[in-house]
Amino acid sequence: MTAEQSVSAGSAPVAIRAEGIAKRFGTVTALSNINISVAQGEVLGLIGDNGAGKSTLIKILTGYHQPDEGQIYVHGQPVTLKSVDHARSLGIETVFQDLALINTLPVYMNLHLNREPTRGPFLRRREMRKQARRYLDDIGISIPSVNAEVANLSGGQRQAIAVARSVYSNARILLLDEPLAAMGAKEGGIILDLIKMLRDRGDLTVIIIAHNYSQVFDVCDRVNLLQHGEITLDKATSETSAEELLDIVAKEYRTGGKLAEGRGRYLAEIRDTD
Amino acid sequence: MTEEQTKSSPPTPNGGSNGILVPTRLRSAGLAGVGSSLLRLRELSVIIVAIALFAYFSIHSPSSFLSKSNFSNISDFVSAWAIIAAGEVMLLVCGEIDLSAAMTYALTPIVMMSLHGNGLPLFVAFLISLVVAATVGLFNGLVTVFLGLPSFITTLGTLFLLHGITLKISGSNPMAAPTEGNLVQALGGWKWSEILWAIAIAIAMQIVLTNTKWGAYTIATGANFVGAAEAGIKVRQIKIRAFLITAVFAGFAGTLDGIHISQSFDPNGDPNLMFTAVAASVIGGTALLGGSGTVIGAFFGAALLGILQDGFNIIGLTATTFVVVEGAAIILAMVANTQLTRFRQSARAA
Repeated sequence: MTAEQSVSAGSAPVAIRAEGIAKRFGTVTALSNINISVAQGEVLGLIGDNGAGKSTLIKILTGYHQPDEGQIYVHGQPVTLKSVDHARSLGIETVFQDLALINTLPVYMNLHLNREPTRGPFLRRREMRKQARRYLDDIGISIPSVNAEVANLSGGQRQAIAVARSVYSNARILLLDEPLAAMGAKEGGIILDLIKMLRDRGDLTVIIIAHNYSQVFDVCDRVNLLQHGEITLDKATSETSAEELLDIVAKEYRTGGKLAEGRGRYLAEIRDTD
Repeated sequence: MTEEQTKSSPPTPNGGSNGILVPTRLRSAGLAGVGSSLLRLRELSVIIVAIALFAYFSIHSPSSFLSKSNFSNISDFVSAWAIIAAGEVMLLVCGEIDLSAAMTYALTPIVMMSLHGNGLPLFVAFLISLVVAATVGLFNGLVTVFLGLPSFITTLGTLFLLHGITLKISGSNPMAAPTEGNLVQALGGWKWSEILWAIAIAIAMQIVLTNTKWGAYTIATGANFVGAAEAGIKVRQIKIRAFLITAVFAGFAGTLDGIHISQSFDPNGDPNLMFTAVAASVIGGTALLGGSGTVIGAFFGAALLGILQDGFNIIGLTATTFVVVEGAAIILAMVANTQLTRFRQSARAA
C-alpha cells in the first residue's frame, strides 16, 4: 500500500482488490494492467475520459465481463465473478443511474423489489411502507412520500432511491456509474449528500465512476485516474486537486497532438460544474 | 466527520429533527392521499359511467330493462368479455397482448365436447380441455419470449392456427354440449353461474395484481423489462405466465358459453370477443403499453359495454350504432386516461 492510501483508509481491511486485470475485445485492448484496491468504508473516485476503460472495468467488477488476465479479491478471498448475480451474492451492487427503477410502482415497492416481505401469498404492504420510511429517514433521503410513484419524483430523488435500494439490499461494495450524469447542481447535491452519509456510516465501500472531476473531489477519499486502460494516478483527494488531474490529462492530449481540443473540453467541463 | 455524524444521526432515534420531518410527511401524506384517490378514479370513472348508463336505460324503459330476463341477458354479454379481459389485463400490464384468445375460447369447449362425446367423463374432458388451453398459452409465451417475436405477430399466427384446428376437430359443424348434472349447472348451465365466475375471477385477479409478488413483478416487467430483470425478477417466466393464464381464462369462458348455449356452439368462435375484451380493459383503465392496469376496471369496462349493447337493443337502436359508440368509447377512454396521467403528474410536481 502506498503512503497516501493509508492516510484515508487507515488500517481498515481491503474490501475489493483487482490485480493485473487485462481485457481485450478482439484486437482492441480495453484494459492492459489494472491494479486497484479499495479499503472497507472508503470512497474511491475512478475518473477518466470516455474510452479510457471505465465502463469495461466496472463491468468486470460486477461480473458482467470476465477479465482475460488478473485476479479479483473480495474481502481478501480470490474470486472469479461468473455473473452479475454472483457478484451481487458477494455484496457487490452496481447502480446504473436510475434505470433500474419501476416508474409505475411506488417508492416503497421499488425499495423492496424482489425482496418483498409476504404473509402467505400476500404482500405485507404496511410493513414495507414502514420499513421504507424508516430507512429513508435513516439515510437522510427526503421525498414527498414513500407512496409516491417513482415516475413523479425528480431525477435526483430517483437516483437517490436507486442508490438507497442497492444499499438496502445488503450491498457491501457499491459501484456508482456516473451518478451525477445529466443532473443539475441541486439534484446532484442530493446524491452527494447521500454518498457522504453512507461514507460516514463507515461500513460501505463505494466506487464512483465519473468524468466530472470537481464534484467527485467533494465526496471521495481517494481518486484513481484511468487512461488508456491503465491507472496512471492513485492519490488521496487531500493530496491532489482537480487542477493536477486536468494537467495530467491535458499533457496526454498534448503528446497526442490534441492539446487545444482537449484542454478546451476539460476547461469547459470544470467551468460547468462550478 | 464527528461533527457531521452528530448532525445527520438524529433522524435514526426519532430525535430532534422530527419536528421538521413530521409536518412534511403529514403534508405529503395528504398530497399522496389525493394522488392515490385520483389513481383510483381511473376505475371510478368507468364505474360511474356504467351506473349512469344503467340509470338512463332503467328510466327510459323500466319494464324491459329492469327485468330478470334482461339482467341475465346482460350477464350473458358481459361474462365472457370480463373473463377474457381478466387475462388480457395481466398480459397488457406486462406489455404483451393475445389476439388468439377468441380462438382458444372456441377450441377449448370443442375439445371438451368431442372428448365427452367419445365417452370420457365430463369432468375429465373439462380438465383436459383446460390443459389444451394452457398449452396454447404456453406456446404463445415461449415463442414470444424465446424467439423474440412481438406477441402481436405470434398470437396472430395462433389465431389462424387454432381456428383451423377447431374447424377440423368439429368438422366445421356446431356442437352440442352436455345438459345434465351439477357440473353442467356450475359451468354455465345455471343462468347466473357465468356472471358469478366472472365476478370471482375479476376479484381474484385484482388481488393477484395488487397484493402479490406475481402482480408486482408483472407490473415491473411491463414498466421496465431490463430493470426488473436486473433486480433478479424472472421476467420471461412472468410473461409466459400471463400468456398461460389468458389462454386458460379464454378457454374457460368458452366452456361456460358452450355449455350455456348448449345446443349449437359455433366452432368459428367470435374474433370480436377478443377485441371487446381488450376494449373493456382499456376503457377500464389499463395502459396498452404496459406497466399499469386494473382487472376490476376491466370488469366494469365489460359491464359498461354490455349495458350499452343491451340498452341499445331495448330502445331500438341497431347493432351498427353500438359498434360506432364502442369505437368512440375506446378512443375517449384512452384520451381520458392519458390526460388524467398528465394531470396527476403535474399535480404532484406542483
